[in-house]
Amino acid sequence: MESWRSTPRVFWAVFSAPSFWLVAFFLIPLSLIWAYSFGEKTGIIDIAVTGTLDNYIRAFEPVYLQIFTKSLWIATLSTLICLAVGLPVALTIVYAPPKAKPWLLLLVILPFWTNLLIRTYALIAVLRTRGYVNFGLEWLYDQASWLFQIVGLGGLGAAILGERFEPVEILYNNGAVLIGLVYVHLPFMVLPLYAALERLDRSYLEASLDLGAGQFQTFWRVIVPLAMPGIVSGLIITFIPTLGSFLTPDLLGGPDSTMIANIIERQFKSANDWPFGSALSFMLMYLTFGALALRAFLGRGRSSGLEA
Amino acid sequence: MTDAIIEIADISKAFPGGVRAVDAVSLSIREGEFFALLGPSGCGKTTLLRMIAGFETPTEGAIRIDGVDMAGTAPNRRPVNMVFQSYAVFPHMSVAENVAYGLKMDGVAKPEMARRVEDALALVRLDGFDGRKPDQLSGGQRQRVALARALVKRPRVLLLDEPLSALDAKLREAMQLELVNLQKSVGITFVVVTHDQDEALSMADRIAVMETGQVRQLAPPAELYEHPNSRFVAEFIGKMNVIEATASDGVLTGPGLGVIARAPDLGDGPASVALRPEKIRLNMAPTPALGKDEAEIEGTVTTVSYHGAESHIYVDAGEGVLLSATVQNAERDAAHRVKRGDRARLCWRLADALVLKE
Repeated sequence: MESWRSTPRVFWAVFSAPSFWLVAFFLIPLSLIWAYSFGEKTGIIDIAVTGTLDNYIRAFEPVYLQIFTKSLWIATLSTLICLAVGLPVALTIVYAPPKAKPWLLLLVILPFWTNLLIRTYALIAVLRTRGYVNFGLEWLYDQASWLFQIVGLGGLGAAILGERFEPVEILYNNGAVLIGLVYVHLPFMVLPLYAALERLDRSYLEASLDLGAGQFQTFWRVIVPLAMPGIVSGLIITFIPTLGSFLTPDLLGGPDSTMIANIIERQFKSANDWPFGSALSFMLMYLTFGALALRAFLGRGRSSGLEA
Repeated sequence: MTDAIIEIADISKAFPGGVRAVDAVSLSIREGEFFALLGPSGCGKTTLLRMIAGFETPTEGAIRIDGVDMAGTAPNRRPVNMVFQSYAVFPHMSVAENVAYGLKMDGVAKPEMARRVEDALALVRLDGFDGRKPDQLSGGQRQRVALARALVKRPRVLLLDEPLSALDAKLREAMQLELVNLQKSVGITFVVVTHDQDEALSMADRIAVMETGQVRQLAPPAELYEHPNSRFVAEFIGKMNVIEATASDGVLTGPGLGVIARAPDLGDGPASVALRPEKIRLNMAPTPALGKDEAEIEGTVTTVSYHGAESHIYVDAGEGVLLSATVQNAERDAAHRVKRGDRARLCWRLADALVLKE
């Protein structure tokens, strides 16, 4: 910092462009939205900032609180599923042969090379009634009923499996939203977990095994506690975008799968109620801040625990 | 050998890519001894230790501990414990939790666990450190935690991978003594891997010197030092002068030096003569009466290097022969009597010269 102060010209040369960018495209729009959230609609496109708190009071109406709660619930659940799926994936990459590692990591980040919209439509093609999951299930059904026919128990087979194959409804419900959110956000979980586990000195694991612990004990008593900073980072950076996601519930969800971001989108578009949408946006931001504050608080608890 | 606790039979380890880290090693380690695996880096000593611990699977051969073949036995089921080079003391656990970890895994009852943890910490002189976290400990203390954590399980054999390499010189010397005393007091067999010959000589009862995956010599320290069986062992253990000589009629002559060693059974041809620096006497004046069994050569002092208790005098005897002699600085200012450029005579008993065939 000292050297920047002594060379102001270098400082401005380096920092003026990003500073301008941040101010013009992030701070000013954000301030506008913040101001709108205290305003009311006076015409189709006119907003008067009157300092009213009505928008925030409306945000606490049961119907919106319910959607906030539901969004939190879905975000939490999909974050935890990401952790449960991501931890084995990260461990597999860490312990893979050195030559395979970059390729496995590439597989993890490969989805980022494709547009989210396209990936979501691809997921629809997999999950829909005439999709690949159901094709697979139908094939299994055919094999099973054929087996029953062969052993001469066709009637019993029909009784157990049903007269004909009924496709499973996977799409357009909360389950589909969960599948979609986990699919989209898994890399956000795997990468910090991988970084934390890669740094872990292997002699800790060997010491644990050497002292009589099995693989399972070693995992819970040594790997998980030592990877905890990475686990917390992964949870946070998965939870935040999950909570604010709107494309996935919009395309994969059913009528009751609306998340808070869908409501916000509706206010800015079809409902044309920018002040209320702004208030909801800031409510969502405060929730996110809450998650970050929780993380900082937990982190502080852990480091002071080490010193005590 | 009936009292062998570890028997290693013809064991080899080949890594992918064809490197044979350990190549057909056979040896047996006796109950209660302090055994050292000594060799330069990359000689396979750590791989051998890790195969005993169970972290590496031998490609060929067998390891028996207490007569039981360990093939297929996981590290957590072997009656051995290891002190890691990095100590691997768990940073998220206190000292007491670290030491109790192995006992908890064995399902030892709480009161007994507490007593054994306390005893183990007392053994390594860390009483009162129970609640400390590893990041509040010095390197030496962390090593004691690693020792206590392994010893508290009362293993049949304690394996130590370069236990002193991370400590500074003063602490290392103190820990050498302490490890030996600890081993004698607990009576557990210690197998230590080291690249430091000084460490191995001062601590071990027996040493296996390894090179390129094979054991070159296995002997007690004094025998290894006084009777190395090869040029590699001779040069690896301690300092050694080696002169390329020619044997004929049972005597060896150096290039332009006369008789420097005797080997009645050796056939004619080239051979190496090895001489420890401390077995060479340095005379500034011609020796009045050179004994029949002594050799003497003359040369020019090229370097005098002072080491406190002793000085190393390097003498150029011509024909490419450079010898070093160790002189005790028993008297004050003794080292100053020899100067660079002085003419000096080096003299030794023929029986002290080793003849190496390789």
